[in-house]
Amino acid sequence: MEDKHQWPLYEVFIRSRGGLDHKHAGSLHAVDARMALEHARDLYTRRQEGVSIWVVRSTDITASDPADADSWFEPARDKVYRHPTFYDIPDEVKTL
Amino acid sequence: MRVRDDELFRYVLRLGDLSLVLGQRLGEWVGHSPALEEDLGLANVALDLIGQARLLLSYAGEIEGRGRDEDQLAFLREHGEYLNPTLAEQPNGDFGRTIVRQVLIDAFQLELYERLSSSSDERLAAIAAKAVKETRYHLRYSGGWLVRLGDGTPESRARVSSALERLWSYTAELFAEDDLDRAMADRGIAPRLADVQKAWSARIDALLAEATLERPPQDQFYGELWV
Repeated sequence: MEDKHQWPLYEVFIRSRGGLDHKHAGSLHAVDARMALEHARDLYTRRQEGVSIWVVRSTDITASDPADADSWFEPARDKVYRHPTFYDIPDEVKTL
Repeated sequence: MRVRDDELFRYVLRLGDLSLVLGQRLGEWVGHSPALEEDLGLANVALDLIGQARLLLSYAGEIEGRGRDEDQLAFLREHGEYLNPTLAEQPNGDFGRTIVRQVLIDAFQLELYERLSSSSDERLAAIAAKAVKETRYHLRYSGGWLVRLGDGTPESRARVSSALERLWSYTAELFAEDDLDRAMADRGIAPRLADVQKAWSARIDALLAEATLERPPQDQFYGELWV
């Protein structure tokens, strides 16, 4: 249950320059999305860190469970052939 | 030595003092806001205002031509030599009262700076053009809170209503045109205050309506006397 005396938590994503992706910058409390945007502007772009802001309610994010990390992420560890650098390119191939 | 342009000096000082005093008042909130996020929000507005005051007071010092810089003008004048409207120095009170004071002045500065950005005085026009962007955000921030509190809980509503009643009478002073205002308008340096008032009034009415608050009746301001 949500604590009525604590404002909901929002996650903040900042685009530092045009053409770049929005990156997670941190989180803050706000009563609604408008206030979250304003707080994000005041908290995370004070030193010209960004040109665009996204905010999203933290509860709207579905996250993987860290406890599952061994079954989720470890199986990829020994599959180095999934990296393109694993392969030797034959000299005959000119335009890859 | 006579001040080169005493009228312009006093006018720029008046603008600077408004930002200076309001910025200092807002600064008092730092460390005392209802939420960490609001601490930063209020401080950001305060810093914008202090920044405006620096530009304006530096310019005033140059016009005066007696070697006084921004710091001397900001901190080394006597009580009574400050030319800010009385509204700016009203105590913070609770968060609601601070927000009401802020809305009333933000809307005033916004309308004023918008017009000053086409001032015949190039330096003033440049300062206003920078300040108008900051002020647009200030009003967004304070206006958002006014609506939230006015149209909020019975307690938040009661608090901003009483703040509005308390502070409203000070707004007449913002538009009480004196000889200096008239001289500035005649020289194309400043807008007519009647025009600023009309635009301000429309903005405030729209915000009050959204916040479901009543506009208090207008008092008249005659110099130092409230009638």
